[in-house]
Amino acid sequence: MKNVVIVDYGMGNLLSVQRAFEHCNARVKIANSPAQIEKAEFLVLPGVGAFADGMRELESRGLVKPIRAFAKTGRPFLGICLGMQMMLETSEEFGIYNGLSLIPGKVVMIPKNGPDGTFHKIPHIGWNSLLPLHDNGDWDNTILHGISPGESVYFVHSFSAVPAHSQNDLADCSYNGLRLCAAIQSGNVYGCQFHPEKSSSTGLRIIKNFLKIQPLHQ
Amino acid sequence: MHNIRLIARLDVKGPNLVKGIQLEGLRKMGNPNKFAKKYYDEGIDEIIYMDIVASLYERDNIKEIVRRTSEDIFIPVTVGGGIRSIEDAREILRAGADKVAINTAAIKNPQLISDVSKRFGSQCMVLSIEAKKKGEGQWEAYYDYGREKTGIDVVEWAQKGYELGAGEILLTSIDMEGSAKGFDIDLVRTISNMLPIPVIASGGMGSIDDLEQVVQEGHADAVAMAHVLHYGIHSVGEVKEECLRRGIKIRA
Repeated sequence: MKNVVIVDYGMGNLLSVQRAFEHCNARVKIANSPAQIEKAEFLVLPGVGAFADGMRELESRGLVKPIRAFAKTGRPFLGICLGMQMMLETSEEFGIYNGLSLIPGKVVMIPKNGPDGTFHKIPHIGWNSLLPLHDNGDWDNTILHGISPGESVYFVHSFSAVPAHSQNDLADCSYNGLRLCAAIQSGNVYGCQFHPEKSSSTGLRIIKNFLKIQPLHQ
Repeated sequence: MHNIRLIARLDVKGPNLVKGIQLEGLRKMGNPNKFAKKYYDEGIDEIIYMDIVASLYERDNIKEIVRRTSEDIFIPVTVGGGIRSIEDAREILRAGADKVAINTAAIKNPQLISDVSKRFGSQCMVLSIEAKKKGEGQWEAYYDYGREKTGIDVVEWAQKGYELGAGEILLTSIDMEGSAKGFDIDLVRTISNMLPIPVIASGGMGSIDDLEQVVQEGHADAVAMAHVLHYGIHSVGEVKEECLRRGIKIRA
């Protein structure tokens, strides 16, 4: 049984994430102390809400340093939604704020119009297809192992990650013709813009894939 | 156009799924968890539970239903009915809901929309509006499951709710609810075209033609189904198959 630490920093509902991991046979600990994060085998940073609030809550609990240190250990680390966005360097959500800087890139508002000028609703809420950036099967041995391009997962977000380097962009989705980043990766640091815990059987497969990730020795 | 969300709406009274006719006259249908699980297994996109009595002493029923849901259903779950405060919202979210739908308390205290949205995020705050047609392009907002009128204009209220921080609108037509005669298309189109946030059309679906109409003509972002599913007129699978055949974009 895999031991998973889910970071509790007061941003959103952890129960769904916990239940989904437990459903995938993980032993879950909800944690808010640096020591628990340092010792984690698998670390999950969930969260919904505003970027600045999220970073402030992490800082006020003294969790920024331990999370950054954990990411350097090479042990598997998954950020979900806001947790994924905070893995990047900066966000322009209601100002310019610094993130955890685990992966180069920034978080920007989803453009108000599609490439053809047509209007769409924001937040981007609902099921959307995962699209690879290259068609050479580069999801193998990642959290998207065995997921077919086009499989749908559940999104709800108004801001979108823009990794600086395309090699960190694991998957996109298309919203009214806009390519939006759906998942990021750098080594064993993974982030999902979508909610795997709310994405039915596809999401559960992604969680199981995460739990199969082996630590990297760095 | 992006994928339309297909939502199962389960109205709950005490421990039972109920189905009403025009928000009156209720019929007990059985265990809501069993219905929800069936719809989940068949591929529904989301679940909405509406606690239609939501008196204080019965609050534990809905929390228990939500708790059980979160054990084996891994899609978004919205809960409405009787949420009067930040504390109520917190409790429902703690039980495992992803979003709360608020009507009565928002009408009595619109600030609650901002409070919930600021505290839990706007994606969590679904403004539930019960609309009754008054005339051409005019609807009045009701509450208490269509029993109490407010004198508030639905178009103005939806706009205000959006400005206060609602992330979605659950728009129920009191005139069509339980009729199985189709949605109030004008209502859905008016609100959906006006607001930059998603609108869930609710109340009146009796056939897949109704669904097609509210998506194509009403520009609904999501469709809540009750009657058609609970009475087994169509399975979720049949609805999805028929949507795909008719070119309505949904989760494949």
